[in-house]
Parts: sequence; C-alpha cells; structure tokens
Amino acid sequence: MTPSMTADALPDAPRRTHLQQLEDESIHIIREVVAQFERPVMLYSIGKDSGVMLRLAEKAFHPGKLPFPLLHVDTTWKFKDMIAHRNRMAEELGVELIVHTNQDGVATGINPFDHGSKNYTDIMKTQALKQALDAGGYDAAFGGARRDEEKSRAKERVFSFRDKHHRWDPKNQRPELWSFYNGRVHPGESIRVFPLSNWTELDIWQYIWLEEIPLVPLYYSALRPTVERDGTLIMVDDDRFRFEPGEEPVDRMIRFRTLGCYPLSGAVESTATTLPQIIQEMLLATRSEREGRVIDHDQAGSMEEKKKEGYF
Amino acid sequence: MSHQSELIATDIEAYLAEHEQKDLLRFLTCGSVDDGKSTLIGRLLHDSHLLYEDQLAAVEAESTTMGSAGGELDLALLMDGLKAEREQGITIDVAYRYFSTSRRKFIIADTPGHEQYTRNMVTGASTCDLAIILVDARHGVQAQTKRHSYLTSLLGIENTVVAINKMDLVDHSKERFEEIRDHYLEFAERLDLKKAPWFIPISALKGDWVVDPGTNMTWFDGPTLMEHLETVPVTVPEDGDLRFPVQLVRRPDLTFRGFAGTVASGVVHPGDEVMVLPSGVVTTVDRLVTFNGDLDEAGPGTALTMTLTDEVDVSRGDVLVHPERRPQRSHEVDAMVVWMSETDMAPGKEYLVQQANRIVPGRITTMAHRIDINTLEPEAAAGLAVNEIGRCTVTCDQQLLFDAYERNRTTGAFILVDRLSNATMAAGMILPQDSAWDVQPDEHLQRHLSQITVAERESRYGQRPCTVLLTGLTGAGKSTTAVALERRLFDAGRATLRIDGEDLRLGMSRDLGFSAQERSENLRRMAEVARLANESGIIVIAAFAAPKADVRDRARELVGPERFLIVHLDAPVEVARQRDPEGLYEAADRGEIPQFPGVSATYDVPENPDLTLDTATVDQADNVERIIDLLTERGFLTP
Ligand SMILES: Nc1nc2c(ncn2[C@@H]2O[C@H](COP(=O)(O)OP(=O)(O)O)[C@@H](O)[C@H]2O)c(=O)[nH]1
Repeated sequence: MTPSMTADALPDAPRRTHLQQLEDESIHIIREVVAQFERPVMLYSIGKDSGVMLRLAEKAFHPGKLPFPLLHVDTTWKFKDMIAHRNRMAEELGVELIVHTNQDGVATGINPFDHGSKNYTDIMKTQALKQALDAGGYDAAFGGARRDEEKSRAKERVFSFRDKHHRWDPKNQRPELWSFYNGRVHPGESIRVFPLSNWTELDIWQYIWLEEIPLVPLYYSALRPTVERDGTLIMVDDDRFRFEPGEEPVDRMIRFRTLGCYPLSGAVESTATTLPQIIQEMLLATRSEREGRVIDHDQAGSMEEKKKEGYF
Repeated sequence: MSHQSELIATDIEAYLAEHEQKDLLRFLTCGSVDDGKSTLIGRLLHDSHLLYEDQLAAVEAESTTMGSAGGELDLALLMDGLKAEREQGITIDVAYRYFSTSRRKFIIADTPGHEQYTRNMVTGASTCDLAIILVDARHGVQAQTKRHSYLTSLLGIENTVVAINKMDLVDHSKERFEEIRDHYLEFAERLDLKKAPWFIPISALKGDWVVDPGTNMTWFDGPTLMEHLETVPVTVPEDGDLRFPVQLVRRPDLTFRGFAGTVASGVVHPGDEVMVLPSGVVTTVDRLVTFNGDLDEAGPGTALTMTLTDEVDVSRGDVLVHPERRPQRSHEVDAMVVWMSETDMAPGKEYLVQQANRIVPGRITTMAHRIDINTLEPEAAAGLAVNEIGRCTVTCDQQLLFDAYERNRTTGAFILVDRLSNATMAAGMILPQDSAWDVQPDEHLQRHLSQITVAERESRYGQRPCTVLLTGLTGAGKSTTAVALERRLFDAGRATLRIDGEDLRLGMSRDLGFSAQERSENLRRMAEVARLANESGIIVIAAFAAPKADVRDRARELVGPERFLIVHLDAPVEVARQRDPEGLYEAADRGEIPQFPGVSATYDVPENPDLTLDTATVDQADNVERIIDLLTERGFLTP
C-alpha cells in the first residue's frame, strides 16, 4: 500500500480547530508526565476545569485507565454537591481517589468564619496540599490552572518547578521550548504540571458543551438559600453556617462561576439553567472570572504570594 | 476573552457553533523597551472590545499611579505580570495572552526587549506561526530590529509582519514609512525568511491601522493589522515525511498494545507500511485509536495511539516512519545552539540531549563559531554564554534520529539539560547534515564483479590486502610515517597505495572545508578508495587526522572490519604544537581554521587501536618496524 505522504494531501485534510489543537497539546503534556515521572498525581478540585482535565486524561490513556490517582484536598467546607460529584466521577472512571484533610487544622478548629480567609486558606489548603504531596511522595502533580486566569499566571510554565518546600521561584523556572518538557527533578523536588495552560474560560465551557462533560449542579442556577455580605452572596450549604445577628437565609436564583469552600465562594444571581445560557451570561458579563473568588481580593499580586508559598 | 458578537445575545448556540470552527494563530510580538509593544497588544484588545470592565477599571486606576502615558489610558499596563517586575517597570519573561475574534483564536507570546531578549524571544518564538516586529518610526531599523528578525528566521517562523509604529510622531509620513521599509528589505536579504515580510504603518497609542484604519494615513491601502492577523493562512508547518515519535507504550490489558504519541509531521493511515527506527523493523499500521473513535487518517499535531499488525519491539523514543522516507541518523549533529543558562557552556562536558522523546547523554564536541547578533557575522569562540548563539557539533552516546530543523520543527530541535542541576541549558536547531554516508545509491545500480579471485591476487602480490589508518593530531607524524612505511613496504616488494588526507584535499576533496562534517566526508572518500584498492589486492596506508571515533567506525565498516587497522600516532599536544609543520596551530589559534582538533575541536583518542605509537620520543624508523611487525603478525604480509 502506498501511503499518501505528500504535502498535497494536507490541504484536503480537515482543518484542525483551535479546540482540537488545544486538546492534542494537553494530551501530549499529560502523557509526557506519565513517561517522565515515577509518581504522578492529579489534583482534582471538582470544578469545571478539573472536569475538563480529567476528560483529557481519560483521552490520553484510552482504552486504558488513568495510570495515576486523583488527589482531593478536602477542607471539610466544600459544598455537599461537590463531594457527591467527586465520589461519583471516581467511581465511574474506576480511578483511585485520595482525599486528604489537614487533621491538625481540624483538631485546632480552623474554620473560615473565625480565622479569616488568608489564614484558613493557608492552613486548610496550602499546608494540607503540601502534607498530601509529601505523604504520597509525588514527583509530579497536575493542576487545572489556566494562564488567562490572572496576570501572574500568564508567565507560568506548563512544567513548573517546585523546590523541596514546594516553593515556586519566578526567577528560577526552566525555559520551555517547542513541545519539549524538562521534568528532571532531584528527590524531594517536584513539578506542577498545567495541561490547561493555553485554554481560556470560553474554551473550557465550549469543550464541556461539546464533550458533554458532567458538572457539579452548582454551576447551574437554582433557588438556593443565601445571605448577602459586603455585596457578596454566600450560600448556606449546611448548618455550620454562622449567621450574623439579624441575618436570615434568603432563597435566590443563583449559580457559581468558580467553586471552592462554600463560605468563601461568591454566587451570582442568574437565570441560566442550561450550559448555553451559562456561556451566554459569561460572554455578556462585564467582570472577569476571578472576581468571585474572595481569596484573590486581599491585595494586588496576592495570587503570586500564594504561589510562592506552594498554593496552586 | 471573546469577541463581542451580536449572536451571543440573540442566538448563543449559533455563536458556539461558529466559535467551534475557529482555528488558532500563535504569534509573537518583538520590540525593544519603549517600541510600544505592550501598548499595541492593549490596543488590539481594547479596540476589538475584548476587555472586561473590571480590567479596564484596574488599568485606569493604575494609569494614574504608575502609567507612563501622561495621564492618558496606558494600555501597556494590561500586559505586565509579576509584581517585582511591575515595580521595576519592566517585564522579564514570556507572558502568554489569549483572545479571539469572530474569525480566529489567538495566542500571543509577549516577550520583552531588554537584555534577556534572546532567551525569552527564542522560547516564545519556538511555538509561533507569525512574528510582529515593531520598529519605532523615529529610529528606523535598529540593531535590535536586526536581532529580532534574525531570531525569527532562526526559529523558522513562517510569517513576518514589520509594524512601523509611532507614525504619529513622524507626521504620518509615507516617505518615512517607505524609507524604513526599503532599509529593512535590504537587510532582510541576509536572512533566511520563508516568506517576504509584510509592512504596515501604525500608531499603537492612537490606534491607526491597528484595528481601525483611522484617518491619518489614508495613503496606506490596508488591510489593518488585525485583519491581516485574522486572515493570514496558517499552513501546516510540517508537511511531508511521516514522523511519529513514540511517547508511551500502552498495554492496559493482554489484548491491547498501542504506541501513544503525537504525529510530528506527515500523514498516516491504517494499512500504511511503517518502519520502526532505530531497529529498522518493517510492519503495518493496524489502527489509529482515539477516545472519540478510530481515525482513517491522522496529520501533524494529532495525538493518538497506534497499533501495529505485528508484535514488534517498540519503546519510547523510537520513531515510526514510512520506510522509503527515513530521517537521518548519526551520533553527531551540527546545530545552531542558543545558550539559555547563566552558567556558560562547557565544551566536552556531558549534558543530556532531549530530542523527539529521546534523552541521551551527549556533549558539545566542536564550537565552530558564535554569531555576533548585531552584525550577524560569525566570530571565533571557545564556547557560549547566556543569550549567545553559535554553531556547534553535538556528539551523543546513542544515535539520534533527526531531520534538519528547517524541515521539521519537532525532530529537528533539541534541548540540553544539565545532569547535576537538571536545568535546561540550551536549545538547539539541527542544520541540514547532507552527509554522503547516509545517501542510498539508486537501487537500479549493480555491482560488476571481477573475474580475478582473492587467492589469485594473494599469490601474485604475496600479501593479503588491508588498510592501515594512521590517525593522530596534526604534527603527530602521520604524513612522514606514512611515507616511511610506504618506502619500507615497497622495498620489501609489496604493492601499496598511500592516501594522505592533505593530498586528497588537493584533488578529489578540493570541494571540502574543515568542519566536522567535511572532515567526515573526506574520510568517507578515503574509505571508498581504500575499499577499491583492497579489493584489488593492494595494501593501503592512510594518513588522516580522523579525529572522530564514530567516523572512524564508519570507515572501518565500509572498508571491512577484518582488514582495517587503526594505528594511533600518539604525541602530546604540546609536542605536536611545537612541531606545527605548516603553522596550522597558530592559524587555528587565530580562529582562521574552525573546528581544528586539539584547538577548537576534540580529538577522540581511539579506545581499542590495533597499535599505539609514541611519536614524541621513539624514533620513526622503529615505529615503522612496529607497524611491519603488526602486519606480519596478523598475516597480511605472507613470507
Ligand atoms: N621523533 C619523531 N618525530 C616524528 C615522528 N613522526 C613524525 N615526526 C616529525 O613530526 C613532524 C610533523 O610530522 P607530519 O608527518 O608532518 O605530521 P602530520 O601533520 O600529522 O601529518 C615532522 O617534523 C616529523 O619529522 C616520529 O615517529 N618520531
């Protein structure tokens, strides 16, 4: 059989759309991690980006299963719906799920109400993540961050080097050229890998729509009990919620653009109950996505500070 | 960010269907500090209505505290990144930006123009299809314009846009625009640009010809910069020969064994005959497996898992190709290397060479020259420091399978990694190696056999033919020893042919220079002649520096290992230097002879020579007798 291998064959080949190109690039990155590392793990945050990352991983190893476990850092304050979704996905894909909670934090009663978002996040997320990574001896950890999310991420590498203390040094990152990724590390050091680096928020939504990727219901609008604080709508997800004097839960049609710990997640009022409606609202919105995340508000450049400390 | 389309509000599903079909353009913006790069990107986004209100509000606020646009909206502030850099007022890395219009999705690699430019620009350029080179209309083509253009061509970026900015400061002068354009074109003749550059006059600050034509330069026909970006064809960068570097071998269960990877170039179909390299085993493609179903055809960039009809041995780093379109293979490649680390290049030191899913130990064995990035002229250099570019020979412990970078941006590129620090030290682009060693003769050619038997020749000449390679540094005594040995054999009634490397260069190899590649070719020609002579019963004495072990190995293979003898003429380099018969060391020191073994290139001391002669202290006549003894002992000189 004569293979057609001339340049002439190509213009007739279907043009590859940006989503196909992004998908192929991400699959290449995910496979590269499995090829280069001994103990990779995928950080699964249950959100929409994690959902896309998980699907890409499935694609990368089809028809086999994922050759690495999922890791969820559970602060114990996640939405109930998130936990249910997490367990369902792990079961459907037949993948090992590791859930880690900072027990020291739990023992000292750390919570988002009394300790402020900065302390709470540091102890229950950043410290917890480091504990989990150290305990597993992981040399590579996938994260679902995108470069378009925030200014300091625009220059993040796909393979982001972390020292023994999980610290990120913006001055000491490896140049990244072509599709070559240098994943060599010494014992104790690790690489955070961001296969979604080149995806935008719209790409993520479009891909979820095309691929019918299951989402946590909280992304869709529904009548949910809420209180309003400093202009932010917080959902009352369980009876641990601390009401201020005079506060009453009010049912509002709300949904979330990003998911995290329920006391720290700002909801938006919305009527969008289908994916196209969500995308429509997103495209017509006048504020960029991370506005809804309380932790980024603290100060300009706060994300960068957190990254240096080991947060994703 | 997305384009503000009417459809978003009226028919979101139609909008999504439209958006899904967009392709992708990755481009690079290059300019020096103050050329207006960040302003241009900000302008592209702002005028395409791609900014969110909160982003605009932040920029407005920052414009008053740290803007440099004199109170005006400083669009450059949108583009900066890390905090420390923001405070210093400079960006120090590659930042990626994303936007889409109704026609295309774009990824911008934004690289700064200050002293780390080479490293950052090369990084950003490695994945781009197009480069925008910004020129300040007041200053015209500057040294940095040339640098940026050179790097663009070095990295093989197909499309170049020369955007002549700040036209508002030169009265929107058409003459000034044309003057700069002509000046640029004159200089660009020295570059290896794939396509003619496209020129446009703009004002990033005021907006003329960026997204809207404006009214100040009606003498320009357009299109606008944005329209050009939206419509320039992005051809598949790597057409031609199939290259499928195997990334992972997948064996999820006993029934399935597949080879996962991304097609680097070419097109593959089920049923294609493919060869596994380096083993050379030929087999057939069975399926092209993806999560969304098997493919009938896969082209460049497609990530898939291939299954083969036969149980053949394949591992990561192997390359699957169509058998009649093979890549080159060699231990040694000539390449343009960009040094990226603050730690200087150490020629001869072992690095890891990462190329097309292979990681093999290797070293810089020859430093041919460094490029003066301001004049683009080659200059002598012993190594490279950060941000320097040079032409080097890289020698690996295992053979690389590669194509020239100009043909293939995946199999033609590599990075060098430090074994101890694990840092990425350098990026390399492999030059065309046109080595005649690898050329396959036309298959219709036939060999014409002699009627004279080997035994007949042996009894006529009283010898069994062999080739004695006298190898060593210049000044070690190869030529004079060869002459003496020839005399000695002739007087004993033997039939000989003496081939001196220098004599060959005066005639048959007068087309060759002294690069590693050309030295290799000179030795190949010697080996071809030696084989003919040996086949005719003649003993060959070859005097060649032959500094590279793998080239000597190839010569041995060609002549026949059983009759190829390596005699190493061993004189310390100080002694050889002192003799310096033709003033060559001095010339090499002055940089006049590139890649000179013992000065600017290494000499691989033979590991298992048939004989080593001390030519520094032992008499030449005695050394000749030792060669005679060797030939006698091995039975080449029958009594
Ligand atoms: N003592 C000694 N000198 C030698 C020997 N072989 C060559 N020489 C001297 O070394 C110098 C350089 O020799 P030449 O054959 O031109 O070196 P080439 O550049 O390697 O071909 C001449 O002056 C020779 O006489 C040897 O075996 N012993």
